[in-house]
Amino acid sequence: MKSYKIAIVDYEMCNLFSVSHACEFAGVQAIITRDPKTIMQSDGVILPGVGAFGDAMKNLKKHGLIQVVKDVVQSGKPFMGICLGLQLLFSGSEEFGDHEGLGIIPGIVKKFPESANGKRVKVPQIGWNRIKKQKDHAVLSDVPDGAFMYFVHSFYVEPEERESVLTSTEYEGLDYCSSIQKNNTIAFQFHPEKSAGIGLGIYTSWKNIIEKNNEGKQ
Amino acid sequence: MYHRIIAKLDIKGPNLVKGIHLEGLRVLGKPETFARYYYEQGADELMYMDVVASLYNRNSIHELISRTAKEVFIPLTVGGGLRSIDDIRSVLRAGADKVSLNTAAIKDPQLIRQAARYFGSSTIVATIEAIKQPNGQYFAFIDNGREETGIEVAEWAQRVTELGAGEIVLTSVDREGTGEGFDIELTKKISDLVGIPVIACGGAGKPVHVRDVLQNGHADAVAIASMFHYDFVHRQNDQGHHESEGNNEFLKNKRRSGKIDATGLSELKAYLKSEKIPCRTTE
Repeated sequence: MKSYKIAIVDYEMCNLFSVSHACEFAGVQAIITRDPKTIMQSDGVILPGVGAFGDAMKNLKKHGLIQVVKDVVQSGKPFMGICLGLQLLFSGSEEFGDHEGLGIIPGIVKKFPESANGKRVKVPQIGWNRIKKQKDHAVLSDVPDGAFMYFVHSFYVEPEERESVLTSTEYEGLDYCSSIQKNNTIAFQFHPEKSAGIGLGIYTSWKNIIEKNNEGKQ
Repeated sequence: MYHRIIAKLDIKGPNLVKGIHLEGLRVLGKPETFARYYYEQGADELMYMDVVASLYNRNSIHELISRTAKEVFIPLTVGGGLRSIDDIRSVLRAGADKVSLNTAAIKDPQLIRQAARYFGSSTIVATIEAIKQPNGQYFAFIDNGREETGIEVAEWAQRVTELGAGEIVLTSVDREGTGEGFDIELTKKISDLVGIPVIACGGAGKPVHVRDVLQNGHADAVAIASMFHYDFVHRQNDQGHHESEGNNEFLKNKRRSGKIDATGLSELKAYLKSEKIPCRTTE
């Protein structure tokens, strides 16, 4: 069987090791890289990320990765964003004054409100929460509706196109988009690599998508 | 919100240890064996605290972190003896997802700001070791409850929030290892005060204690050591395994150790569910 190669984009914005361990677990070879050529030649690309939106955009720019990420998405190559890697795909964020995002998915990134129904809301949301499927997709084929995933975030995305919402999640009364899918692009607000066996299943399903995609090319 | 149940493992050199009031450490076994078991039993997170980090070679904890990160796919927080951005980076590189800071942060609060800036707020956990004073005030301590700082806990909790910590581990040193229950008053005070999640730590002896601190102490999460450790040691002894070699004679043939009821993770979560406390269960 052919082995597939995943590029994990390294732009100094997070712990990449947990993502690469999860890839290893799913049986795919992953390279942590910021080399545009390696990224473009891979069979699938992961954009992870933890931290501030503005710093992340700055780092992508500094390493000349903005166009590369856009090209990958354009090319139809399987692409997976995680956490900040979901938010960056959007048009912009209202964090610390407005920041421009990659603009791949129309919509904006907003901060959780500090209170809801007169009750204080703890921000960031840190912990496990349920995901509700808004449509079917192969990447979630092993994930039951309502499954628990691990979340860490202060901001959430609001896509303009309802049909790109893959799952939604409720936090303190707010129903928000917790993952998106549009063509070859899939991105999660939660961390599948930190969501135990059920999260690792997402990596395995994504590997199957890459496999199919490669077969289609031949 | 679903409350997190975190398994806390105190590490000394290559061993898992447990003390009372953060002192008098006993060796319970190999940390990775316990970590793997807690992961399989549905722990929401793991926490490694290097309790004597200042005295030992740091390489052993780095190796432990990387072994754990390869087989445990839930968040891992590592703390103890981290003094600089470089220390934090090396622990994250080894495979930790978050770091917790106490002593170094009190000595230089800007470390929290810098670390939050470099690694993201959600990566930085502030640990506060609280001791109740005769006049009822709580003061923050450092070096595992050994040294007083003269800083009031509520004031410090607000400060670390402003500096950019993503969450707080609030340890009651008075209750730590005693099994007498969490300090509800302290937990409620701090959790109501700050806008970031508060993890209650110290004192869990029975499942009802956990319910109380989540319900009445308004804790967002709990960190538990002895209840889980004793349960696992008993299970191993029952099966004739002696992997948890070390000074644990005191645990053999007894389900109760002092005021601590050995309780497994799944058992605890089933209890919380029956008490209508939302937490993640693995259906």
